[in-house]
Amino acid sequence: MSVAEQSIAGAEARGHGFLASSVGRKVVMAATGIILFGFVTVHMIGNTQAYLGAEGFNAYAKFLHSMLHGAGIWIFRAVLLTAVGLHIWAAVTLTLDNQAARPVGYRAQQSIASTWASRTMRWSGVILAVFIVYHLLHLTTGTVHPNFDHTNPYANFVSGFKVPLAAGFYIVAQLCLGLHMWHGVWSVTQSLGLAHPRYDSLRRSFATGLTLLVVGVNITFPIAVLTGFIH
Amino acid sequence: MSHKSMNLTLHVWRQKNAKCDGKFVEYKADGVSPDMSFLEMLDVVNEGLIGKGEEPIEFDHDCREGICGTCSMVINGRPHGPKERTTTCQLHMRSFKDGDSITLEPWRAEAFPVVRDLVVDRTAFDRIIAAGGFITAPAGTPQDANALPIPKENADLSMDAAACIGCGACVAACPNASAMLFVSAKISHLGLLPQGQPERYLRVRDMVAQMDAEEFGTCTNHGECEAACPKGIKMENIARMNRDFIKASLTCRPTTTGGGAG
Amino acid sequence: MELNSRIPDGPIEKKWERHKFESKLVNPANKRKYRVIMVGSGLAGGAGAASLAELGYNVDCFCYQDSPRRAHSIAAQGGINAAKNYRNDGDSVYRLFYDTVKGGDFRAREANVYRLAEVSADIIDQCVANGVPFAREYGGLLDNRSFGGAQVSRTFYARGQTGQQLLIGAYQALERQVGLGTVKMHSRHEMLELIVVDGVAKGIITRDMVTGEIESHLADAVIIATGGYGNVFYLSTNAMGCNGTAVWRAHKKGAAFGNPCFTQIHPTCIPVTGDHQSKLTLMSESLRNDGRVWVPKKKEDCKKNPNDIKEEDRDYYLERKYPSFGNLAPRDISSRAAKQVCDEGRGVGETGLGVYLDFSDAIRRLGKAKIEEKYGNLFEMYERITDENPYETPMRIYPAVHYTMGGLWVDYNLMSTIPGLFVAGEANFSDHGANRLGASALMQGLADGYFVLPATVSNYLAGLKPGMRPAADHPAVKDTVSAVKARMEKLLSIKGTKSPTHFHRELGKIMWEYCGMARNEAGLKKGLELIPKLREEFWKDVRVLGENESLNQSLEMAARVADYLELAELMCLDALQRRESCGGHFREEFQTEDGEALRDDENFCHVAVWEYQGEGQVPVRHIESLSFENVHLATRSYK
Repeated sequence: MSVAEQSIAGAEARGHGFLASSVGRKVVMAATGIILFGFVTVHMIGNTQAYLGAEGFNAYAKFLHSMLHGAGIWIFRAVLLTAVGLHIWAAVTLTLDNQAARPVGYRAQQSIASTWASRTMRWSGVILAVFIVYHLLHLTTGTVHPNFDHTNPYANFVSGFKVPLAAGFYIVAQLCLGLHMWHGVWSVTQSLGLAHPRYDSLRRSFATGLTLLVVGVNITFPIAVLTGFIH
Repeated sequence: MSHKSMNLTLHVWRQKNAKCDGKFVEYKADGVSPDMSFLEMLDVVNEGLIGKGEEPIEFDHDCREGICGTCSMVINGRPHGPKERTTTCQLHMRSFKDGDSITLEPWRAEAFPVVRDLVVDRTAFDRIIAAGGFITAPAGTPQDANALPIPKENADLSMDAAACIGCGACVAACPNASAMLFVSAKISHLGLLPQGQPERYLRVRDMVAQMDAEEFGTCTNHGECEAACPKGIKMENIARMNRDFIKASLTCRPTTTGGGAG
Repeated sequence: MELNSRIPDGPIEKKWERHKFESKLVNPANKRKYRVIMVGSGLAGGAGAASLAELGYNVDCFCYQDSPRRAHSIAAQGGINAAKNYRNDGDSVYRLFYDTVKGGDFRAREANVYRLAEVSADIIDQCVANGVPFAREYGGLLDNRSFGGAQVSRTFYARGQTGQQLLIGAYQALERQVGLGTVKMHSRHEMLELIVVDGVAKGIITRDMVTGEIESHLADAVIIATGGYGNVFYLSTNAMGCNGTAVWRAHKKGAAFGNPCFTQIHPTCIPVTGDHQSKLTLMSESLRNDGRVWVPKKKEDCKKNPNDIKEEDRDYYLERKYPSFGNLAPRDISSRAAKQVCDEGRGVGETGLGVYLDFSDAIRRLGKAKIEEKYGNLFEMYERITDENPYETPMRIYPAVHYTMGGLWVDYNLMSTIPGLFVAGEANFSDHGANRLGASALMQGLADGYFVLPATVSNYLAGLKPGMRPAADHPAVKDTVSAVKARMEKLLSIKGTKSPTHFHRELGKIMWEYCGMARNEAGLKKGLELIPKLREEFWKDVRVLGENESLNQSLEMAARVADYLELAELMCLDALQRRESCGGHFREEFQTEDGEALRDDENFCHVAVWEYQGEGQVPVRHIESLSFENVHLATRSYK
């Protein structure tokens, strides 16, 4: 029987390294996840400047571009790009491994403990990736923006969300972000080995709280524009 | 006690061997007593099949008291069936009702090839243990058992993890067919004890390497393993394994494998 | 047949030490030239295979399960005895030795039992070193509990899963050797025959249970550690796959069988519910600490709700018969008493084969919470199986076959009458006499595996020239392979009408009826008449479907049942010829006026050692006389 003859990988496979291992890639996923959730949170806080009107918002944008004589934003961008890249790399390779681990599925599989969020991570992730590209082309480069003005981010923001389709996609993406964050923030501690039964209920509440806050606030922006609260 | 007997319809996965294709076959199980265990119900179905000249359904089973970990089948989409913390052999037919339709499938994982019908090959688990799931202590004259006091809490936590019966329900339940609950239970069992410390970091790296080599999937924190585990092994163990693995990977010297001959 | 027990000279406490010193050793460089076969991977087999490999021998280990971790040692609940005297309660090696000899009703070999007690303390040390998470106290030291047959607290435990934890410890040591390449593990392989070349054991024939391949494996020594043969009774607490094939095949090749009739019937098991029943589940003996055993005084009350039966209409028969031990009377005595009241028609439950184990007094006295703390997991298990709540309705229990003290005869080195064939654990007859005490089976398995076999197998191998194994095409090997193949073909070719399970169940009924808890001459003779008839019918009418060349559980079962049908006859024969009552063997003709076992030390203070004479021949009964120089023969009384 072939299985009986399979070798004990042990010491040999041990040398294959951290990034080749399943746990190692989960750690990459979690660590980059922290960076990305951190960014999303800061981004949300920054964008609340929109409620201060054009002046405040444009000043905030200017500040971002002038940090460290303009180098700051590029450092941010580099870190984020790397994080996104690694996050996607880990997700893709792990997903492929996981699919290969069960080539034949069940006729009927019942889910007991998993959540809709946990089961749809790869889809919410894909939608978010598409959204990020769109979002950059929309409000950063202006490529897909109908009337983009490099000097007036506030105007771009308002006129951008005036288009219902754009605002709708933005809202859908935020809901995906919510699902992704809710399972992701909770998972991070588990993957990094920080979970402990004493803090388990705290982990859930923190994930729920942060998700509701970020997504809740983010969704107000297009709604505020559409309803004319921001104009 | 209820005395009503039940009539059930079974949809059972039949597969001659690892190389052949399998398919679902429908069987009737009539006059099933609610006092029967699930496996005894299958015994009766098999006796009927033999009587008709059909080959009986092969399924793994041995102790039939919930401790050996041999029995393994997915019953209506749940490993070991609908009752929590129960192995298939300890599941009784009173958990079902007259007229029920029951689907029986083998554990599904690349690392657990089907041997026949509902029987799978779980030797991958043995190889993971052989890779590092032990404490090196050859039989001889070790120190007195009480020379090494162990805090009760650690001994109890270690025992919680050691209660794993190696049935593979965690792999079967995991949407990714990951074996991390099984592997981490062993890492916790040994890593929580002082005797297990010398090999603690070597063990986690070796076992994870073997687990990956066996082509199990990866944990994505669904929690299905914990829900399916008949012995209540906790996901907390996976966090402990990750922690040890990170520490082991970050602190190991470039060449840890070579031991001097002395 | 010459029976030499090879007991070393000298005072009992020096025998083992001296024997080890006088044993021959194998040069470390030569050890890898020897190959040892271990059949079985339970406590004795797993620990033995690991320990021999640690010494440097090449080991091939076989088990019928899909993994060595599943051996039935795993199901032991209560604990393991060891003379550690951690409690300062007067325990000692000598006291453990004394209790075991007495508990075995003076039918065990003193020297073996002493050695068992002597190495018991090392077992605990070894297990802890291997990472067995025994129960501990808050101070971090090991906890103990008390068990039957002893007045000291010497039982070590890991919750209610001691067997599991000890087995996992041995399994891990075994897998470590597998990883190192010194042990080759053959799971899903069943030993079907022993290879004997010029009177010496040189290998085994196995069937690969997945491919059906009949393989020969050759070695310098063969060790059988395949457990007991309690499944002869069909219903027992053994695992479904436990079987007597390895010991029986070895017996037919010349290994003598010691005390085949000595069977332990455990008093507290969950009763049978119907014909579909496939096995019996034990409820820990510890329940009798707080539960009171009773049946109704009047037959007509038996079907009533037990809670409606008035106190004065209940017969607390153990308390009545054995006022000083009461509900804590030893296993053999409690089992027989339960059978008696059921035979009188006062048994309870659907089948009338059950007695109540009632906790209502204890719940009143200690409160439900306390009882739940002590026995919660057992109550839960009971409820899961029976769907009755034992906090409200008394449990129903009935005795069941649990362990076989008999087994292949071995000398002090655990070597059978075939040179080169060793037998360890429950498979041998050696340490428990006519009755085994609780928590002693785990002790014996690990003692044999970790400590005895490494010394005695080395001593045997040291006398062999390295690399002298027969070739695979040796006529003795080829003949044995052909014989096994023919047997499998024969089973498949009968194409009768009844399943192997049918014959197994029928055999079980005969054995339980005539060779069970109480035996008598007429019954045993009846059994000896019925068994050959059933065997004849089996070989004419068994139906085994499918083929040899795939996983085929019917074929496996048929081969085992064929052997049970022969072994059962020997058990009845042995029970018939042992015209006394001792331990688990109760002959109704030999009892005191008040129904207690009556031993006959004059005529039966010996081991009955059976020699196979060939197909259809009556086996020859030899005896090994037992002398008790340290523990003096006395009558057990629990009044």
